[in-house]
Amino acid sequence: MRATTATQVPNTAAKTTAFGRFVRHLGYVMTENPVTALAFGLFLIFVIAAIFGPWLSPHDPLATLSARALQPPSWDHWFGTDQLGRDVFSRVIVATRLDLMIAVTAVAMAFVVGSALGAIAGYFGGWWDRITGRLVDTIMAFPLFVLAMGIVAAAGNTIDNIVYATAIINLPFYARMARAEVNIRRNSGFVQAARLSGNGDWRILAFQLFPNVLPPMMVQISLNLGWAILNAAGLSFIGLGVRPPTPEWGIMVAEGANFIVSGEWWLALFPGLALMLAVFTFNLLGDGLRDLVDPLRRT
Amino acid sequence: MMNTSGRTRMIAYRLLQAIPAIIGIVIVSFILTRALPGDPAAYFAGPAASSESIEQIRRTMGLDQPLPVQFLAYVKDLVTGDLGHSISTGQPVLTELGARLPASLELTGFALLFSMAVALPLGILAASRPNSWVDHLCRFVVTAGVSLPVFFTGLALVYLFYYLLGWAPSPMGRIDILYLSPPKITGFYVIDSLLAGDLETARAALAQLILPAITLGLFTLAPIARMTRAAMIQILEGEFVRTARAAGLSRRSMLYTYALRNAILPVITTLGMVFSFTLGANVLVEKVFAWPGIGSWAVEALVVSDYAAVQGFVLAMALLFVTINLVIDILYTLIDPRLGMES
Repeated sequence: MRATTATQVPNTAAKTTAFGRFVRHLGYVMTENPVTALAFGLFLIFVIAAIFGPWLSPHDPLATLSARALQPPSWDHWFGTDQLGRDVFSRVIVATRLDLMIAVTAVAMAFVVGSALGAIAGYFGGWWDRITGRLVDTIMAFPLFVLAMGIVAAAGNTIDNIVYATAIINLPFYARMARAEVNIRRNSGFVQAARLSGNGDWRILAFQLFPNVLPPMMVQISLNLGWAILNAAGLSFIGLGVRPPTPEWGIMVAEGANFIVSGEWWLALFPGLALMLAVFTFNLLGDGLRDLVDPLRRT
Repeated sequence: MMNTSGRTRMIAYRLLQAIPAIIGIVIVSFILTRALPGDPAAYFAGPAASSESIEQIRRTMGLDQPLPVQFLAYVKDLVTGDLGHSISTGQPVLTELGARLPASLELTGFALLFSMAVALPLGILAASRPNSWVDHLCRFVVTAGVSLPVFFTGLALVYLFYYLLGWAPSPMGRIDILYLSPPKITGFYVIDSLLAGDLETARAALAQLILPAITLGLFTLAPIARMTRAAMIQILEGEFVRTARAAGLSRRSMLYTYALRNAILPVITTLGMVFSFTLGANVLVEKVFAWPGIGSWAVEALVVSDYAAVQGFVLAMALLFVTINLVIDILYTLIDPRLGMES
């Protein structure tokens, strides 16, 4: 039991060495698996595009000019122009912020609410556990994308509601995971020690148990971000949330879809590729993070 | 045989377990119908309605009653199959859903056949030859499969096989306008036209079906392949496999007769999650290929704010999903060789 206490509640000296070990492990994971390094690189590119997108785009994403409509990719318009003569490259770049914002906000909300509900359920059990469990089961009883469609249709067709709907369908994963992780540690040595030294339930939950839930949660967050981007883009593909002319990847693919059968492939291809690359990046990042926080489960 | 009663009891228990899920679904869909933006009565009365006619509709819809009474009325309507009327067509929602469901089921069924036919051998080969090219291919397919937006794959296939190569017919619906739809027996065009002995129509229907089915299949392939690979790796490390190998069983009979039969169980369990994604992706694929199923119908209803139709669709999909999960679990109980040995 002493060993558990030492590892789970590190003192300051142990923390610096733990941090040093973490950095060395990070370096190892990066060099060992070039794919993870690539994922981190791509992730940085997406973050830069999201923050500085409006300044990086060579043209105004909303400026229309019928004289240059539907031009294939050229030196001046790298990704070509769309049916209104807007520059596809600029639109793809500018859309990054909105797409990432929707996904990040939704996953953050799902994480905060879901892990709080799950951690409380796992720690206290009883009625709270049963109610949370029922709620989560009910959400999971729906095909999740269809539930998101229903929520947006009922609550109103706005971007905010896309975010809420995406958050709700992501919530069960966090609630279940937090519940399981808290539940198995509820009576472990370091919790009993904390309880004996006079910590209240909520304090133990917040400072002793919750930090232990975080590492697997980080992996889940990264994998979920990719899925959240796909869902949000899918919703705007079927005409929910984002309205034209706002640049967003899903709606750009939807608009480009009308031109696929007549051979103007660049309208749908480039936003679609951006979407795919973003999801791919988050999935790879998730695998890399798993290697980082959970070396045993490496594949 | 020796333990049929145990299995029956497990199946009965599983059926009982579906009841809370169904209750939850009904409550959520009730909340969704009452959460319409603004006043549902004003919405259903239409934009030109006077305040008296809104009041009238409020009374006929029972919206002036307390919520529990409204809920009971809602449940009563559901039990009698009344999901309301679609505003755009004026038809009962249930009739519309029933008319379009076969198209969706045909698409989903073919997609799953395709993804099973590819994913199971891929997973088995990857597991039996770790770090070979098959294993790498499997890993690539699994990662790419979860990253590809299904509507994007669909468009890419349309561009390649319709526009560039000209192999596929135009991505518009279930059958080319040159052909008449076959007489309705099962509602599945390919099967119906085969039953009617009309090979030409069957070929045309199949040609329309192939691209959307592959699109949806590529999407469901990844989780099945990953699960098959993981389950097979675990089984192949087992002692009974080593014994079988030591006893001189051929590689083929060991892989397919002994290992696969055990590995298929976890694969079947993941099918539930796969269906959750498939039913959602179905909507997107139907939209891309103008496939006249319930998904594209719901999307059209969304565009014209036909809420009764959308909510009927969400409810129908959820009930379908619960039923599928139930069938999967019962199937699991029936084929699990360990059950029935224990007692």
